[in-house]
Amino acid sequence: MSADEPGRQTRKRHERGSKSAVDGDEQRLVAAAELGDGTQPPPAVPATGESLHPELREQQSVMQRIVTGNALVSVLAVVLALIAGGILIALTNEEVARTSSYFFARPQDMLGAAWTAASEAYIALFQGSVFNSDGSTFARMIYPLTQTLTVATPLICAALGVALAFRAGLFNIGAQGQIIIGATLAAWVGFSWHLPVGLHLLLVILAGIVGGALWGGLVGLLKAKTGAHEVIVSIMLNYVAINLVLYLLTIPAFQRPGSTNPISPQLDETAMYPPLFGDTFRLHWGFIVAILATFFAWWLLNRSTIGFELRAVGSNPHAARTAGISVTKGYVIVMVLAGALAGLAGTAQVAGTEQVLTAGVAASFGFDAITVALLGRSTPWGTFAAGVLFGAFRAGGVTMQTNTGTAIDIVLVVQSLIVLFIAAPPLVRTIFRLPEPGQLTAKPRKTASTGGAA
Amino acid sequence: MGWGLKLELKGITKRFGSLVANDHIDLLVQPGQVHSLLGENGAGKSTLMNVLYGLYEPSEGQILVDDKPVTFDGPGDAMAAGIGMVHQHFMLVPVFTVAENVALGNEATKAGGMLNLDDTRARIREISDQYGFEVDPDAVIEDLPVGVQQRVEIIKALLRDAEVLILDEPTAVLTPKETDELLGIMGQLKADGKAIVFISHKLREVKAVSDIITVIRRGKVVGDAPASASTTELAEMMVGRAVSLTLNKEAAQPGEETFTVSDLTVLSPTGQRVVDGISFGIARGEIMAVAGVQGNGQTELTEAILGLQDHVSGSIRLEGRELVGKRVKDIIGAGVGFVPEDRSVEGLVGTFSVAENLILNRYDRPPFARGLAMKPGLIAKNAEQYIAEFDVRTQSAEAAAGTLSGGNQQKVVMARELSRPLKLFIASQPTRGVDVGSIEFLHKRIVAERDVGTPVLIVSTELDEVLELADRIAVLYQGRLMGIVPAGTSRGELGLMMAGMNAEEAQAQQAQAEAQQTDVEGGEE
Ligand SMILES: Nc1ncnc2c1ncn2[C@@H]1O[C@H](COP(=O)(O)OP(=O)(O)OP(=O)(O)O)[C@@H](O)[C@H]1O
Ligand SMILES: [Mg+2]
Repeated sequence: MSADEPGRQTRKRHERGSKSAVDGDEQRLVAAAELGDGTQPPPAVPATGESLHPELREQQSVMQRIVTGNALVSVLAVVLALIAGGILIALTNEEVARTSSYFFARPQDMLGAAWTAASEAYIALFQGSVFNSDGSTFARMIYPLTQTLTVATPLICAALGVALAFRAGLFNIGAQGQIIIGATLAAWVGFSWHLPVGLHLLLVILAGIVGGALWGGLVGLLKAKTGAHEVIVSIMLNYVAINLVLYLLTIPAFQRPGSTNPISPQLDETAMYPPLFGDTFRLHWGFIVAILATFFAWWLLNRSTIGFELRAVGSNPHAARTAGISVTKGYVIVMVLAGALAGLAGTAQVAGTEQVLTAGVAASFGFDAITVALLGRSTPWGTFAAGVLFGAFRAGGVTMQTNTGTAIDIVLVVQSLIVLFIAAPPLVRTIFRLPEPGQLTAKPRKTASTGGAA
Repeated sequence: MGWGLKLELKGITKRFGSLVANDHIDLLVQPGQVHSLLGENGAGKSTLMNVLYGLYEPSEGQILVDDKPVTFDGPGDAMAAGIGMVHQHFMLVPVFTVAENVALGNEATKAGGMLNLDDTRARIREISDQYGFEVDPDAVIEDLPVGVQQRVEIIKALLRDAEVLILDEPTAVLTPKETDELLGIMGQLKADGKAIVFISHKLREVKAVSDIITVIRRGKVVGDAPASASTTELAEMMVGRAVSLTLNKEAAQPGEETFTVSDLTVLSPTGQRVVDGISFGIARGEIMAVAGVQGNGQTELTEAILGLQDHVSGSIRLEGRELVGKRVKDIIGAGVGFVPEDRSVEGLVGTFSVAENLILNRYDRPPFARGLAMKPGLIAKNAEQYIAEFDVRTQSAEAAAGTLSGGNQQKVVMARELSRPLKLFIASQPTRGVDVGSIEFLHKRIVAERDVGTPVLIVSTELDEVLELADRIAVLYQGRLMGIVPAGTSRGELGLMMAGMNAEEAQAQQAQAEAQQTDVEGGEE
């Protein structure tokens, strides 16, 4: 045996020792860390040697906590973000600025102006996204809600993909690229093939799924085979996707006859999602597909063997491997599924809302999807609800800007603040004086096994 | 340093939802005493210590330090009040030196903001000399054995002026020698006026060091016992019934040798031969136990059998089928039950429910799944059955496995692996962290598995356990097999083999030593 043998052995032993949270104490230690005791360093990260990425577990626990946090934290994060947004609206309001010049003489003027500015903006946001009481007909009144759901459709699909990947412990930043490739393939089948009603749409949907699945699966494959980090790979593939579609839109096969504009021909009538409530509304059958996708994701995650594998890989890859679950296979499967769902989002764009393919087909849905999945705690129905909320922000933001002059950017700020608050549960917990996590987890963890039943 | 600190817990109650983990517990910890807590798995010992260390807020009750009521908002407050805790999960940065780790969070700086470790080094040496710790302040943590790392944790607490030290199952990860050393250190600390709260399931240790023993059952204090109480008395107090501490097993009736390992070599990722040309066989109806200091290839041996190791050569055959090169899933499917040595890392998914963990490696097989669809009803029924049979103390089958007490987590893993027909049963540290009553039960189950004709391979660092269960004993040293000896072999002979002597030499030397012993005794008469 070599001379450094004892060293190796002790190191091995140390790893075991340091990782053996023999009392399930991990949670308590996490609690300790969160309770903010500055004198304790973070738990030791094992040095080397495990057959599987040794640092995985520690990283994982932090990430898992952020992505599968408490429902209450999600709700409170939204509330906090809206309050902070309201303050920002007030600060940027001209009337508030004017009355602030004599704040000390008549403070009520400024406070009143601030309240008016914030509440008017939010009322406009509501009217633009849910119910417009000024509408002349019932259809006009509920038109905003259908707009919200239309915007929410691709968001929900893409966010479901991100959420599934989160549950398997992967950070899928590549939804954007997956949407683009899905949309490209779906659009191509939509405008260059001419098929009967029904069959055509079916193939378009399938093409979107396949496109996204390919792009997502590539990430999974690279991670599984080479150990490349999924964040890096998926970011790079986003660039590849956007540049690929930019190129495709310069070749005749993707352009309108006789035009060189970077815009595809309109999809065939047979290739498009029919409107859900007639031609007055833009809401299309893609929304129903999104509901079905949510149900599918819920079933997959909580009732199927695949979901069991993915969740096991996500929360403890070591135990998963010991139980005979292939961690690498899990990575590939979940990324294929995530990509497929993002592909559905791309389909909803080209076959529903936009009806053509442009380079901007994915807007920023792929990135918002990450926020939506976070807000939805990575459970399918939570993600669905969060998607609808974000759809409302987008749809209502426009009305808010036109009606009250409040910049639509406020909506972006609110969205960003939500992420911030979710990623910092201790902050939210302190503000609202919630009990420590040890006490929260004391309830039977129904959520862990039944996921999105909420 | 002043003479000690009196610590009193009054009516401490801790609830988790509807579960009462601590129920009006009173405890008086006196300076200069080792105060042991004894209790079944899930009795609430760790919970009580976490309350005391400020990790949990008590639902009711008071903590008094020197008769003054205190409230702890976190471990920082507890430390400031003079209470230190050594976690089993060490809080050390592996690439830092001892001094750096000790200084961490408490850093003294020189002018200009440079870290000043000289003081820390000096104080570590001081404490190390005072108690005979033998810790070098400049050693890097990851090069140190577990036992020494534990001492670094103790030094950390002492440097922050801890007068009360909490040690929650510190000996579970130690070798017998390290354990003896730790017990010695505890004696010195106590002589110096420190109070120590000590938790262990090994009654021998508890009896050896305690001044007073408090027994807790189902969250309530049952009573105090002196260290002179017999192990059987203590066990009975804990469990509430008579426990037989020795296993009465029938002699083995070995059948056909269906499991054989020949010339097995396992390379570590860095290319070292961690298992080095091992050959042995286990017959149906026979228990083979592997003894040896941890880190001598036992882990790699068991993992290689399950297909978890990557660089394996040689042959592993089960009922004529070659296992080397097969996928883990297929090996499990071939009827190999496997209890990994570290339950919380390899054995359980902490966020999964107990029910899900009980089918962790059978989730895709009938009756728990048909095709892709899982059967929640049957999974729940299965859980109910094994929770009852193995006496797993959990709030419900739906509780996350990570919230279970250490010993109960172990029972979940054992229940899962013993709940299906097996062709081979492998268990590493089958009873680590398990209370005496449950050890009795688990040992009986292992013997029962043997008696239905399963070859059984046990790896344990507890010599007692090895001697108790084994029909034959194999000893590993630096990846090599020192020999396979019959069950009745003496501790001394096994000890020599564990230190790297082969079976014949060890036997010869042991015989010689015994002869001398009788000579001396004879001479004295
Ligand atoms: N964070 C938690 N959430 C919910 N229940 C918990 C939590 N921590 C502990 N419990 C429960 O409290 C009870 C007492 O657990 P504790 O860990 O204190 O037992 P213990 O006496 O240390 O047992 P062991 O000897 O097995 O370590 C157990 O039933 C356990 O399931
Ligand atoms: Mg405990």
